[in-house]
Amino acid sequence: MDEPSSQSRVRPETHLKPRKISVTLNINGEQRELAVAPWTTLLDALRDRLGLTGAKKGCDHGQCGACTVLVEGRRVNSCLTLAIMKDGAHITTIEGLAADGALHPLQQAFIDHDAFQCGYCTPGQICSAAGLIAEGKAKTADEIRELMSGNICRCGAYPNIVAAIEQAMGAMGSKP
Amino acid sequence: MINFEYVRARDVADAVREVSAEPAAKFIAGGTNLIDLMKYDVERPMRLIDITHLPLNNVEETANGGLRIGALVPNSDLAYHPLIEKRYPLLSSAILAGASQQLRNMASTGGNLMQRTRCFYFYDVATPCNKREPGSGCSAINGINRINAILGTSEACIATHPSDMCVALAALEAKVHLAGPAGERAIAFSDFHRLPGDTPQIDTNLEANEIITAIELPAQGFAANYSYLKIRDRLSYAFALVSVAAGLELEDGRVKDARLALGGVAHKPWRNPEAEAVLRSQPADLNAFAKAAEILLRGAKGFAHNTFKIDLTRRAICRTLAQAANGTPQIQPSKKIR
Repeated sequence: MDEPSSQSRVRPETHLKPRKISVTLNINGEQRELAVAPWTTLLDALRDRLGLTGAKKGCDHGQCGACTVLVEGRRVNSCLTLAIMKDGAHITTIEGLAADGALHPLQQAFIDHDAFQCGYCTPGQICSAAGLIAEGKAKTADEIRELMSGNICRCGAYPNIVAAIEQAMGAMGSKP
Repeated sequence: MINFEYVRARDVADAVREVSAEPAAKFIAGGTNLIDLMKYDVERPMRLIDITHLPLNNVEETANGGLRIGALVPNSDLAYHPLIEKRYPLLSSAILAGASQQLRNMASTGGNLMQRTRCFYFYDVATPCNKREPGSGCSAINGINRINAILGTSEACIATHPSDMCVALAALEAKVHLAGPAGERAIAFSDFHRLPGDTPQIDTNLEANEIITAIELPAQGFAANYSYLKIRDRLSYAFALVSVAAGLELEDGRVKDARLALGGVAHKPWRNPEAEAVLRSQPADLNAFAKAAEILLRGAKGFAHNTFKIDLTRRAICRTLAQAANGTPQIQPSKKIR
């Protein structure tokens, strides 16, 4: 019998030893130091190394938005971000939005409007909406829809998500 | 994703030194396309050179009335920059037509130029692709080619360049500033990207040891009469089937100057100065627009699933020019004409 084909496909470079490099991330107001391999994404560092499983791995290719977190207050896809490149950065995840036990206006609005079914995309939706409100570019429902298009909801809760964001914008005083 | 080394470049000279030292090294800025391709095993760099700490983050006015945009300015910051919104709204509109806000927050100006094609077969390492593996063949020519090119194709490759921003930069006749071991040089935007020919693995005329430092815009921004129309299968967050960037300078209802570039139809943003020349001194009407479209589409060739793009492009050119002439540009968020 021939050798298993996978044997011949092992590439030498995949054996490059993970030389871990120490990085400090300020996550939800807390300094966290950890050693990461260069190829560790911010999403994997959050979920697998720091126990912050709120940000979700949906597509892992920047197409679904489930991994959205805020880096220096800006929404990004953490699945396409290398943790090593964010040494010293301030990162906010869904776990860090509620202040002193009180829900963030977006979290409350998502509950009020039933803006989810399965909930898998919700942490990404809420972090993305927090970024959207901080940007201040969305003034209408059309603009909310357009600027939230990087967050996919396969349950199709979009109308309620838009309504929830509109409510939170009002509650946060950012509605024009 | 294969394992790789990571280094952080201190300045432009350091970045050039690092990339010259390792042929299998790549620069990383936003990483939105590179990390994605690395996860698919399409890109396999041995070393990543992090250039995000280089001082290339400014938008500055130039002595000749234009703007110099640092290569690391994020796409979202550029789209919303007051000087871009006011003087180059075509560029702002094109940027906002692409990707999602998360990706625009990450993606850099220089990186946008370096995006690789979204051809399905380029992404699928189980299939032949001359761009990914030179000499292996093109799977798209006889495959599912709805999204592929109709202009400037070769027997080796029918891929398109996916950028929206670059279509506007082509229309605006931007310049690309580069730095390499021999110093700095600037090249015209239309000379930056290449047609596939028989070397589709080479996307651009950037040398392997060069880095993009800035994009320069000339003074003329066509701010009064412009439009960027993007036609796609989904209203947002989808690549263009066809896109058109148009800028007109009008005088007494006649075209004094015109710019026209196409996206989604070729290996690079597609321009033909003849199509622009035919508009000059003519009334800004459908008759003239149709002539320009005919010239721009000269030599267009469809494949099994994308022949529709030829007619679609013709109509899109006419509509975009009409929007530009009427001062009613396509509005990206609402998809409505103002």
